[in-house]
Amino acid sequence: MHWLHALYAILPDRSTEAIRIRNGLAVIDKKRCVDCGQCLRVCPVKAIFVEQDDLDQIKSYKYRVALFPAVTIGQFPENITEDQIYAALLKIGFTHLYEVEQPIGFLKDSIKEYCRNDKTARPHISTFCPSVLRLIQIRYPSLLDNLILRKAPHDLGAHLALEQLQQQGAKREEIGIFYITPCIAKISSVKSPLGEQESIVDGVINMNVLYNKVRKNISSKDVPDTKDQRQTLTRDGILWSLTRGESKHFGERSMAIDGIHNVIRFLERLENEEVPDIDFLELRACDQSCAGGNLMVGNRFLTVERLEHRAKRYESSLKFKDHPIQSLATNIKQKLILDPINAKPAFILDQDRERALEKMSKMQRIICFLPGIDCGACGAPNCQALAEDMVNQKAKMSDCVFLQQTWQEENKISTTKALKNIEKKWGKDRFKADCNKRGRRNEGF
Amino acid sequence: MELNFSIEGGDFTQAGQASSRVKKVLKQLGVDVKCIKSIVIALYEAEVNVVAHAHRGHILIQIEKDRITTTIEDEGPGIPDINLAMQEGFSTASKKVREMGFGAGMGLPNMKKNTDDLQISSVIGKSTIVKMVNYF
Repeated sequence: MHWLHALYAILPDRSTEAIRIRNGLAVIDKKRCVDCGQCLRVCPVKAIFVEQDDLDQIKSYKYRVALFPAVTIGQFPENITEDQIYAALLKIGFTHLYEVEQPIGFLKDSIKEYCRNDKTARPHISTFCPSVLRLIQIRYPSLLDNLILRKAPHDLGAHLALEQLQQQGAKREEIGIFYITPCIAKISSVKSPLGEQESIVDGVINMNVLYNKVRKNISSKDVPDTKDQRQTLTRDGILWSLTRGESKHFGERSMAIDGIHNVIRFLERLENEEVPDIDFLELRACDQSCAGGNLMVGNRFLTVERLEHRAKRYESSLKFKDHPIQSLATNIKQKLILDPINAKPAFILDQDRERALEKMSKMQRIICFLPGIDCGACGAPNCQALAEDMVNQKAKMSDCVFLQQTWQEENKISTTKALKNIEKKWGKDRFKADCNKRGRRNEGF
Repeated sequence: MELNFSIEGGDFTQAGQASSRVKKVLKQLGVDVKCIKSIVIALYEAEVNVVAHAHRGHILIQIEKDRITTTIEDEGPGIPDINLAMQEGFSTASKKVREMGFGAGMGLPNMKKNTDDLQISSVIGKSTIVKMVNYF
């Protein structure tokens, strides 16, 4: 993790309050992070970066599958054709190309089956977005029963690729499946999956990295027609990862909510049973769903527009009832079942109830002294979070710059000590004049 | 530990403030999720009742290690016949309140269903006091 103009990062962090500033670095509490990527989006100095697998890794496989979501196509300017993008991907070194949302009918049927048979809780909540899944796990465990235990489309695409390649005689170990991810949450869902033992994907490539490679390799010369590689891609598949892409297919009454803060506000209501009878809920962490993924490159609204335009040229998944692909349906559907997901509450003050109560009372007393303006200068996202850190012995009263000011006035703390305190959070020499300082050049705008 | 909230009659946008806050606190205390849900539902109903019927009210929440006690005291019309009010579907809510989606006569029954101990006392024309206890 690099230097961070941390105020930008922690102030929007209202969702799970996972970030603290220590020694000039943004430290992320893994137990609380849901990979929503808000910090990544707002950091003006690109301090938060995302680890990924080396693209060269693909070379160690004989069959190199690029598994990419349909939104990939949407980011490119309209004058670059699907065929040109496919050709560029092959030029980069992949041997087989699969858009993940095919054949989407399998997943759709599987979800329908689940919703029909499961009567434990309503509304049924989609498990499409791994960030939402994590959020429910740590913050809304009472809603775990509502989750539809079916895997995400990238598993669908991966299984299809494996089946087809193995039918052609390839061995599993010769096949490398590389998922091109539109967001960081999908990376975690591959590296440390929920509800499955091990991910089927062999490596993850970030969308923004791939985008640059593809742009560089776009050929304006005649490119081969790759239409037959998209045989099982449908209109519903292309639209699946966009807002309402799922919800329009399920239930009498369904809702689609995008944007992590909207999702949180809604889940609060749902938990309090302040929501009418809804059958199906599609929840996505990013505004405009995956078109607004935090590793996506294009403007999210233009991406949506191109995809909607593209989808018109493809058939609905209902037209695939008699397609030869159906012979794989039973087999693949079986592999899309997710194990139940356990609660991992991340906001408990203490495992011991009595101690937790003590801490809570102490927090209430501390709050009386804090200014309540949530400035973030202490390195915590708001006064409440600072109080919580204090009762957990992770912060001190003197971390609050306003209290420091008062105490200096009353000669309870020396100026040197006060400055040291701030440096402990924001890094040494952070407060010396420096014209090349990060944050000076309006990077935020 | 104690939490205090005051409620203004007629302001439906504020109903839910106390229950949301209590929910956050109980989660931090590690209370069982099903138990939290019951408390939050009962408290929300109580908040809506004060907003819908009374001039103003006050909520006192006391949390101990094995229970939460909620006392809601309002200044309002009072409840003439508590037994009748406990029946599902019975409502004295005004047309205006019903049009806002409240006042279906499920408030008190719903509260009873979601608490371990519910006591209601009322002075007609003056006030109503509701006391709910939930054990963790």
